[in-house]
Amino acid sequence: MFEQITQMLMNAFSHMLGAYLNKLAPMVGVGESAEAVEYVAPQIIYTGLIVLAALGIVFGIALAIVAARFVVKVDPKVEQVRETLPGANCGACGFAGCMGYAEAVVGNPDVAVSMCAPGKAPVAEKIAQITGKAAGKVDPKIARVFCQGGRSKSQRKFIYTGVMDCTAAVLAAGGDKSCEYGCLGYATCMRACPFDAIRMSEDSLPIISKEKCTACGKCVAACPKQVIELGLMSKAVVISCHSRDKGLDVKKKCQVGCIACGICVRTCPVDAIKIDNNLARIDHSKCITCGLCVKKCPTNAIHDYLLPRPKASIDPAKCVGIDVCAKVCPVNAISGDVRSLHKVDQTKCIGCGMCEARCPKKAITMVPAAGSAAGKTSEKEMAAV
Amino acid sequence: MWQHVLTIFIASALINNFVFSRYLGLCIFFGVTKKMETAVGMSFTFTMVMMIGAALNWLIYTYVMIPFQLGFLKIVIFIGVVAAFVQAADTVMKKIAPALYYKLGIYLALIVTNCIILAVPIINAEENYNFFESIALALGSGLGFSLALIIMASIREKLELADVPKSFQGLPISFVLTGLIALAFLGFSGMITL
Repeated sequence: MFEQITQMLMNAFSHMLGAYLNKLAPMVGVGESAEAVEYVAPQIIYTGLIVLAALGIVFGIALAIVAARFVVKVDPKVEQVRETLPGANCGACGFAGCMGYAEAVVGNPDVAVSMCAPGKAPVAEKIAQITGKAAGKVDPKIARVFCQGGRSKSQRKFIYTGVMDCTAAVLAAGGDKSCEYGCLGYATCMRACPFDAIRMSEDSLPIISKEKCTACGKCVAACPKQVIELGLMSKAVVISCHSRDKGLDVKKKCQVGCIACGICVRTCPVDAIKIDNNLARIDHSKCITCGLCVKKCPTNAIHDYLLPRPKASIDPAKCVGIDVCAKVCPVNAISGDVRSLHKVDQTKCIGCGMCEARCPKKAITMVPAAGSAAGKTSEKEMAAV
Repeated sequence: MWQHVLTIFIASALINNFVFSRYLGLCIFFGVTKKMETAVGMSFTFTMVMMIGAALNWLIYTYVMIPFQLGFLKIVIFIGVVAAFVQAADTVMKKIAPALYYKLGIYLALIVTNCIILAVPIINAEENYNFFESIALALGSGLGFSLALIIMASIREKLELADVPKSFQGLPISFVLTGLIALAFLGFSGMITL
């Protein structure tokens, strides 16, 4: 009885399937092939099913064997590190992409955890946690543009109408700018930036966002004039000029170029500035970012990224009138008799911070300026140029 | 017979170039031709997978599918064979040649679902090509696709500097270019009469 029912069901099923496939056959073009099948016998369906299943099983087993035989042991730490990294594959670490660095930092004990420039300190800390290496201190870097001679402040040799790209413009007699060291302003760096950190000012100069820049160095590589360099974020006083022309020539070509007059060299309290090849350069290992050179520079070629600077403020409770601050102040902004409370003239104070560093009683604190109009550039632009 | 093999090879590489006269494989074609480096990597991987895939599919078609009258399962079985083979190649390459894997591995995943990879075994089956003819078709198609990728990549690298109207930038101008190259490839037609 049971067998009969099963037989019946089987027959019905195979008939239905056969009929369905026959109906389908002309539509899917089964009949076209060399071994044309007009009527699909149930037998072919079974062989088809068996062959497909067999192929599937064979492939499955083969793949399983291959996977077992050629298994690559991946350290789970590598995957963790790779997830921590920003994933921009910028190559600033010197390895081929984030995966390359992740493998190197896990596998090689000599590779430091702080090499990811975009990731900065937080990523270095996380990698240190994963790999068990010492984090080391990361002083974040930022890209700095060594040119302030925008369109309004510099001269052009000729009118350039070619492709609006610095790399192309440079091919035309070194670019249209009369200063051969300056920024051409055709935004090649802006297009090269993978983090959208560069925008062009109205004066055709790149403005680098302090928040977005990760110091990956793509813009440095992209700039045909080598006008962008990576610098430490903390060393925020920069001579924004690359011109090695003689002072007179610089003056003719650009209003804000370094003319190598030497005033900054004499002004610097820590001898951090040297003139080399008609160009003043700051030794950033010595620089204390006091900003005195910025005030003295006759052409405004030195840029202070700390603007607006904080003002010194003396805590009356702590001041005992030692008078060191008044002596050390380069602009004589602090007055007061010995052994009595000293006062800071807020209009004179330039926020260099030298008094704060010297006060033995730690009575001086630098208070961030309230109004940002004090400086020669606004807060927004300072993050940038 | 060898003459026929050579004819198939040249015809599939130039006259019936998959990209420029059959319009197949366009997603990969536009995807990897932005840079010469990726185009060359893709060309190499693609030709290799195509050759081995065609050989495997020919064996299975001749010795399994024809005896069992399963010609109508071509699409399903060919896709399965290529997918299994590519997956195995991926695993083996990762172990044996990690450097090659990191360079070419990303293309393997793209290749599995490529239509030229499927089209070649199907053409082989429908034309009842023998083993050498199948290999010739695979090699010819692979080299023809490589040729298309490299031509396109070298033009698109130059295109980066061109002053293209805004609405045509990117993919549209690439399609225009492809059309122009396809017109040029029409010149090959009639070179060999099959």
